[in-house]
Amino acid sequence: MQAYYLTIVLAPLAAAIITGLFGKWIGRAGAHWLTNLAVGLSCVLSIAVFKHLFFDGGTAENINIYTWAVTDGLRMEVGFLVDRLTALMMVVVTFVSLMVHIYTIGYMHDDSGYQRFFSYISLFTFSMLMLVMANNFLQLFFGWEAVGLVSYLLIGFWFKRESAIFANLKAFLVNRVGDFGFILGIAGIVMISGSLDYATVFASAESIAAQNIEVIPGSPWNAMTVICILLFIGAMGKSAQAPLHVWLPDSMEGPTPISALIHAATMVTAGIFMVARMSPLFEFSTTALAVVIVIGAITAFFMGLIGIVQNDIKRIIAYSTLSQLGYMTVALGASAYSAAMFHLMTHAFFKALLFLAAGSVIIALHHEQDIRKMGGLRKYMPITYWTALVGSLALIGFPGSSGFFSKDLLIEAIRESHWHSEPWVYWIAYPSVLLGVFVTALYTFRLFFLVFHGEERMDAETRSHLHESPWVVTVPLILLAIPSAVIGWFTVNDVLFDNYFGDSIVVRSSHDVLAYMGESFHGSLALVSHSVQTPVFWLTAAGAFTAWFLYLKRPDIPAAIKDKFSGLYTLLDRKYFMDDLYIKGFAAGGRAVGSFLWQKGDQLLIDGMLVNGTANTIGRLAGIMRQLQTGYIYTYAFTMIVGLTMLLSWLIWFR
Amino acid sequence: MIGLQHYLTISAMLFVLSIAGIVINRRNLIFMLMCIELMLLAVNFNFIAFSRYLGDDTGQVFVFFILTVAAAEAAIGLAILVVLFRNRRSINVQELNTLKG
Repeated sequence: MQAYYLTIVLAPLAAAIITGLFGKWIGRAGAHWLTNLAVGLSCVLSIAVFKHLFFDGGTAENINIYTWAVTDGLRMEVGFLVDRLTALMMVVVTFVSLMVHIYTIGYMHDDSGYQRFFSYISLFTFSMLMLVMANNFLQLFFGWEAVGLVSYLLIGFWFKRESAIFANLKAFLVNRVGDFGFILGIAGIVMISGSLDYATVFASAESIAAQNIEVIPGSPWNAMTVICILLFIGAMGKSAQAPLHVWLPDSMEGPTPISALIHAATMVTAGIFMVARMSPLFEFSTTALAVVIVIGAITAFFMGLIGIVQNDIKRIIAYSTLSQLGYMTVALGASAYSAAMFHLMTHAFFKALLFLAAGSVIIALHHEQDIRKMGGLRKYMPITYWTALVGSLALIGFPGSSGFFSKDLLIEAIRESHWHSEPWVYWIAYPSVLLGVFVTALYTFRLFFLVFHGEERMDAETRSHLHESPWVVTVPLILLAIPSAVIGWFTVNDVLFDNYFGDSIVVRSSHDVLAYMGESFHGSLALVSHSVQTPVFWLTAAGAFTAWFLYLKRPDIPAAIKDKFSGLYTLLDRKYFMDDLYIKGFAAGGRAVGSFLWQKGDQLLIDGMLVNGTANTIGRLAGIMRQLQTGYIYTYAFTMIVGLTMLLSWLIWFR
Repeated sequence: MIGLQHYLTISAMLFVLSIAGIVINRRNLIFMLMCIELMLLAVNFNFIAFSRYLGDDTGQVFVFFILTVAAAEAAIGLAILVVLFRNRRSINVQELNTLKG
């Protein structure tokens, strides 16, 4: 299988290099054929690996390909750990990536940076695969940073736009905060266990948990808690959890295909994947899990609320992504790693679908993204309409759709989780995810109704050009709509309850909520038919109904609500003033400190006092000393005599 | 009775006088040369006085040497003075401050 793994990883890299460096020679058609074939090859082989592991009962493989460096007992290697967790991610990543590659042919059709774009997304696929297939922390970190870099490049793809440059810088800087925590966590692991290899580190998890670290001298903390929280800070940056979420909505400045691929389906889920991969470590620290669940719950609920008031079609979906990532994080915190991975998978499909559908709408409206200028698109774009409907239903968890299985069971897992014994955690997490369902349904159908139903608010010129997007756009939509609709049916039992992940995810028996739920699980059909008895279903229905009532039936009400609760509206519209805090607080503060140090420290103290000051002082002293040099012989003679006299008297009296 | 201390006193007076001559004199370079000669003579005075006092002739031999050297030095000094006068048309000490640099 080693040849498979290498091909899966290297095919997109080769395509990216050729397209990136020789884009002019191979031309537009060459660029998209080459990268599509490479990613298609990766996708097919990934599915083959998945089949080998899952259907043919193959065993997980942990192989080192290349030893990069050996220093003092620390081996830095390039290797692959391919187990079922990895295989699932590989299939999701390459499949969504392939769909986005095809879609890009249509979406970027008129763009002058065509080859560059294909090069970037192929490079992204390579980086993401390196990340998920890593068998050591160094390679994980490499992939982690590489996807961050490509994300930066792609957000700023239209580098002539001021806002795009601002957004990619913001994304990069916010991710630095998270990555700093992440690398500290890796450093902690190396310090204590002396190894970068997953298998070695996981094997020594117990001994790590038995040690203490004094980060602040005098207050020993459990080493595992410190490491896990630091690693989770990395996940917070990459998976955009509060308070490091601010970059994700702004990243929508990039072209829509990458919003779907990077900022919805794959890269932002790297943090979720990483925590699931580190489950043997996280399981040893209840404190870290509490941090994870609380952060996730806050993100899931409050980011969804912002989505209700946004008007940019992509930003609404971006806030939805934040909220759904919060759901996954909550599941991680509740030790329901499989539920998080399951939601990650279904979310990758339906959120990529929603983004691509939004992109299709954006193309049709000539790059108009404001939903207040849309409406009534249903009859112009039937394929986009129906696929977007599938995506929206999956997102809100309509019974039977993929999102229903993942989200319903995820919430169920939170309710049954071991946090029951910790009321303050439980009462943050559970109500957040439950009420989040209502919010999700509300913003999703607000978007859906405002875009596809109701009156047509675009101008006449745009309306006359409205038509369905070309097949390269609609085919990926349809191919993504299929798994979004039905994949839950087949996979829910295997992934959640039938020990699909095997050894790759470790859960303590006292935390194992999914095993407990599995005892009362009677198949997909029973779950769907019982859904009407759950509060989740009714909250979803209420959300969708509210959206229908407010935005189709009585469109005058939202404005009235907005006037009545203008304080709340401003709070949401300004995103809880987080951006202001960061830009005016941290960024401006940093600049103030910088300019203070520059003007006072550098210019005044170092340049003014130390460097020039020394020269000036010597000059001034020399000026005084020069007065002694009269040039007259008698002065020198007199000085000589005085000196001589003093020397002689010293010799006479003091010797 | 005239003793050693009288000779030494005379010598010291001559020496101080010549120092004063060098320092106070601001006009004439020849004055300065003469003062230097006078200084040497004051030293010679000491030599002779001590030679007599200690009954050792070495001091008197030294005086001869010093006189010889002083004569040579005076010749060189005067030669320099002549050249200086040729160049600057003046031997005024106050104007000779090019050592200042």
